[in-house]
Amino acid sequence: MSILLDSSTRVVVQGITGSEGTFHTRRNIDYGTNVVAGVTPRKGGQRAIDDRVPVFDTVAEAVAQEGASASLIFVPAPFAADAILESVDAGCSLVVCITEGIPARDMAEVYPYVRARGVTLIGPNCPGLISPGQANMGIIPGEITGPGPVGLLSRSGTLTYQVMYEMFTAGVGQTTCVGIGGDPIVGSNFIDIIARFEDDPQTEAIVMIGEIGGDEEERAATYIAANVSKPVTAYIAGFTAPEGKRMGHAGAIVSGSSGTAQAKKDALEAHGIRVGTTPTETAELAVKSLG
Amino acid sequence: MDLLEHQGKKIFASYGVPIPEGKPAKSARKAQQIAEKLGTRVVVKAQVRVGGRGKAGGVKLASDAAEAEARASEILGMDIKGHKVREVLVERADKAIAAEYYVSFMLDRGAKAYLGMCSAKGGMDIEAVAAEEPDYLARVHIDPLVGLKPSHLRRMLFGGKIPGEHHKAVGALISKLYDCFVQGDASLVEVNPLIVSDEGEAIALDSKVALDENALFRHPEYEKLDDFSALPKQERLAKEKGVGNFVGLDGNVGIIGNGAGLTMSTLDVVANFGGKPANFLDIGGGANAEVMANGISVILSSRKVRALLVNIFGGITRCDEVARGIIAAVEQLGGAKVPMVVRLDGTNAEEGREILRAAGVAGVHPAETMNEAAQKAVELAKRRKAS
Repeated sequence: MSILLDSSTRVVVQGITGSEGTFHTRRNIDYGTNVVAGVTPRKGGQRAIDDRVPVFDTVAEAVAQEGASASLIFVPAPFAADAILESVDAGCSLVVCITEGIPARDMAEVYPYVRARGVTLIGPNCPGLISPGQANMGIIPGEITGPGPVGLLSRSGTLTYQVMYEMFTAGVGQTTCVGIGGDPIVGSNFIDIIARFEDDPQTEAIVMIGEIGGDEEERAATYIAANVSKPVTAYIAGFTAPEGKRMGHAGAIVSGSSGTAQAKKDALEAHGIRVGTTPTETAELAVKSLG
Repeated sequence: MDLLEHQGKKIFASYGVPIPEGKPAKSARKAQQIAEKLGTRVVVKAQVRVGGRGKAGGVKLASDAAEAEARASEILGMDIKGHKVREVLVERADKAIAAEYYVSFMLDRGAKAYLGMCSAKGGMDIEAVAAEEPDYLARVHIDPLVGLKPSHLRRMLFGGKIPGEHHKAVGALISKLYDCFVQGDASLVEVNPLIVSDEGEAIALDSKVALDENALFRHPEYEKLDDFSALPKQERLAKEKGVGNFVGLDGNVGIIGNGAGLTMSTLDVVANFGGKPANFLDIGGGANAEVMANGISVILSSRKVRALLVNIFGGITRCDEVARGIIAAVEQLGGAKVPMVVRLDGTNAEEGREILRAAGVAGVHPAETMNEAAQKAVELAKRRKAS
């Protein structure tokens, strides 16, 4: 079992003929993901990925002709917000946007539009999501994990791989791993995903990987204390980050005294959530939390 | 991207937000000429990206051009909280001020909406107003899909306790400031103080503007605003070489990672093993050999760096490219100047390690895990310090 994505999910890839789109779509298909269509305007009628995937000009056509229900976006930043709107308008219920560098204004406008239509948006500026053993939508290297009882969610990409890999080395896999993205405004927050893991019968424990900036971790801590019965382990990156400097992610910035790693760790621990000191310790705590 | 006051005001003016007449100057002589042309009492203001310059003596009035030159020569070169003053703004200051207010717009991450703030208590630190006199601070959320409507404006004006006779002038300025915020792709626009003159004109006396760097492609006019000369030397070098996200720190262990989260975590783990990170450098998703080579040379431009830790977990970045980048960089630099601990994992990791092994570069130490790599880099940095 998994959340959001499984082997039956019918995926359309926007930007499938670009270099990143081609590289990762091939990996996703090889993993077992049911990629039914691709979209690149003005390349409709072609076939991509060694002739395996039909290409359409619009997402609407991909939905109508191939029954796509989930969209994976590898479109360059200036056009990515529009690509999200297109997949929402075409009726996709899940939209995963990998693209980094989308202007905040574009996301400020897209966010309420997407939420009002009940669509789940993951990202942008994220590695996507994987339900190990079933399907992979995005750029997470599938070979470093396998199926198991842990639900993993994170604002980071590579840091997530690190924790996944450490758990996998200890023999523990995941139901689903979701990279929610490192931008100031992302489609799904920690609470949205944690609620799904709580409802998923196969998920026995949850690992949440946060970082400096904003207050999503603090909000999640309050939510977990009131609503989550499963053990939650957390990790926060950025204890050594100086104030006022953007640490790579557009959203990773300590502003004055708010958004610090210490404040997030304190909020989580105050609600009884264990916080690992290193990715390795976090993976160990998560494995132990399974009892 | 934080702007200097005069840069922010130039953008204000392009959206019709009224600003005082004036110009920036990099020399006292130039300041004198600007004051001469204005022909009125002027104010000479230090242009630095930090608050509290007034208290530090960085803002001074001058009754004529000669006095403006004298004040400018005092202010230029001053150090304000670690920021050296390289430029002053000379503006006319002949209007009698009837009132000082506060207005701002920003993106509220938590609410995922725009936040407009307005207060009759202008000229003060707004966080102090929020803490001590919250009744004088209006906080109004605006749905980005709806935009600023007259009702939002009324809530800002009445909520901020702006006197009725100033609503028209201040309201007009706020509307234009909102256009500037949205159309200009700013993450923050703040006017403190916004003044109303004796004649009833509303003017932005100061500006604080931060632009969204992700939106620069929509604004070719912003490119000349990014003043590299104001950045610390290494960060300037990093920008010039286009190596991505570099932040300089105080330590002696240089760090390259891929992905912001992993890189931040690498710094934390180095600190955990008793080391001091020299920098944050995320070479990003599509990093190639050239980016890696440039990144290493930027880090090694600091003499403090005693060891270098490269921590790569391959997703988009392929480890074979990283390995080739490390070899190319070491060749370019004429050998590994400091010991380098390299950890590769993820996409094409085996190929990457094989490339490193085959090249057999002296001073490059492979490590299997992140903790082992961090520990080794910290040890190597300490050993070199002692020797």
